[in-house]
Amino acid sequence: MGQKRDIKELFIIFLSFFKIGMFTIGGGLAMIPLMEKIIVDKKGWLTEEEMIDCVAISQSMPGVIAVNAATYIGNKKRGMAGAAAATAGVVLPSFVIIILIVMFLHNLNDNVYVQGALMGIKAAICGLICVTLYNMCRHTLKNVFSCVIAAAVFAIVVFLRITVIIVIVAAALAGYVFVTVKAKRGDGK
Amino acid sequence: MTYLMLFLMFFRTGLFSFGGGLAMLPLIFQTVTEFDVMSSGDFSDLVALSQVTPGPIAVNAATYVGMTSSGIPGAAAATIGVSLPSFMIILIVMKFMDKYKESRLMQGVITGIRPAAVGLIASAAVYLAETTYTLDLDTTNIVLIVMTVLTILLSGKFKVSPIIITLIMGAAGAVICGQAA
Repeated sequence: MGQKRDIKELFIIFLSFFKIGMFTIGGGLAMIPLMEKIIVDKKGWLTEEEMIDCVAISQSMPGVIAVNAATYIGNKKRGMAGAAAATAGVVLPSFVIIILIVMFLHNLNDNVYVQGALMGIKAAICGLICVTLYNMCRHTLKNVFSCVIAAAVFAIVVFLRITVIIVIVAAALAGYVFVTVKAKRGDGK
Repeated sequence: MTYLMLFLMFFRTGLFSFGGGLAMLPLIFQTVTEFDVMSSGDFSDLVALSQVTPGPIAVNAATYVGMTSSGIPGAAAATIGVSLPSFMIILIVMKFMDKYKESRLMQGVITGIRPAAVGLIASAAVYLAETTYTLDLDTTNIVLIVMTVLTILLSGKFKVSPIIITLIMGAAGAVICGQAA
C-alpha cells in the first residue's frame, strides 16, 4: 500500500509540472508565477522563502531554468524520483507540441491570430511577474541589507548586463560578510 | 546525424550555458552550424517557434533540431541531452547545500541570494516588458498595457489562476491584436 501511495504522489508531481510546462509561453522565467501559485499556494510543497531560494539557484546554475527549478522542487518533495517526475512533467508538453508542429503545422507563427494571441499572453505574463515580484518583495525585503542587495542586483543586471552567476556569487559573499559581522557584534555585547 | 551525436551536442549546450533558454540560443546556433545539422534559415524558424510554443525555450529548440534532423528518436535524444546537465547539477548542489545548511557560510549565502533573486525577478520583468511593448502610443500598445493592468488586478486582487488569465488574454489578443496586425 505504501508503494501505491508513492506512485500516486509521484504522479501528482508529474501532473503539476506538466500543467506548468503546458500553460506557460516564454520559457523558464515566465513559469515562475504559475509555479508559485501551484507549488506554494495550492500544494504547499515549498514555503515562499524556499521558492525564492529555488529561483535564485535555478537562475545561477547552468542549463534550462525550468528543468533546474523542476528538479529542485521535485527533489525537495520526494527525492530523486520526485525530481525525475517533475522534470519529465515540465519537458513533456514542449516535446509533444514541437513534434506535432514540425509534422503538421509548419507555418504556425505566420498566422496573424497566433501572433495576436502571443502578444496578449506576453502582456499577461508581464502582469503576472509584477504580482509575483510584489509577493517576493513582501517576504524577503525585511531589512536595509536585503533592500540594498535587491536594488544592486537589479541595477547591475539591467544596466550592465553582467552574467547572472557572477552577480549571485557576489550577493552570496555579501550575505556571508553581513552574517559574520552581525554575529561578531552580537558577541561583543 | 546519429542519435548519440545529437545527445552529446545538446548535453554540451546544457552544461555550458547560463541564463536559460534565450541566452542558450546563440550557443545552440553555434553547435548546429558547427555540426551542419541545419541551415541559418531553418534556425530562424526555430528561434521564432521556440518562443511562441509553450514550455522551456531550450527544450523547444532541442526537440525542434532533433525532430527536423532525425525524427522522433532524434528529438528524444536532443531533449534528454539538454535537460540532463540541469538535472544532475541541481541534485549535486542541493546535496551540498543540505550537508552544510547549519554552517554560517550557508546561512550567509542564503541571506545574500534571497534578495538577489528578487532583484533578478525585477530585471526579468523589465526584460519581458521590453519584448512586449513598443514606445509608440498606438492602439495595440495601449490594448497590451490595459491587458497587463487587468492581469495584475485579476491575479493580485481576485486571485484568479494564472492559467485562466493566460487563456483569457491569449484569446483577447488573438481577436483584438490579430485583426490589427
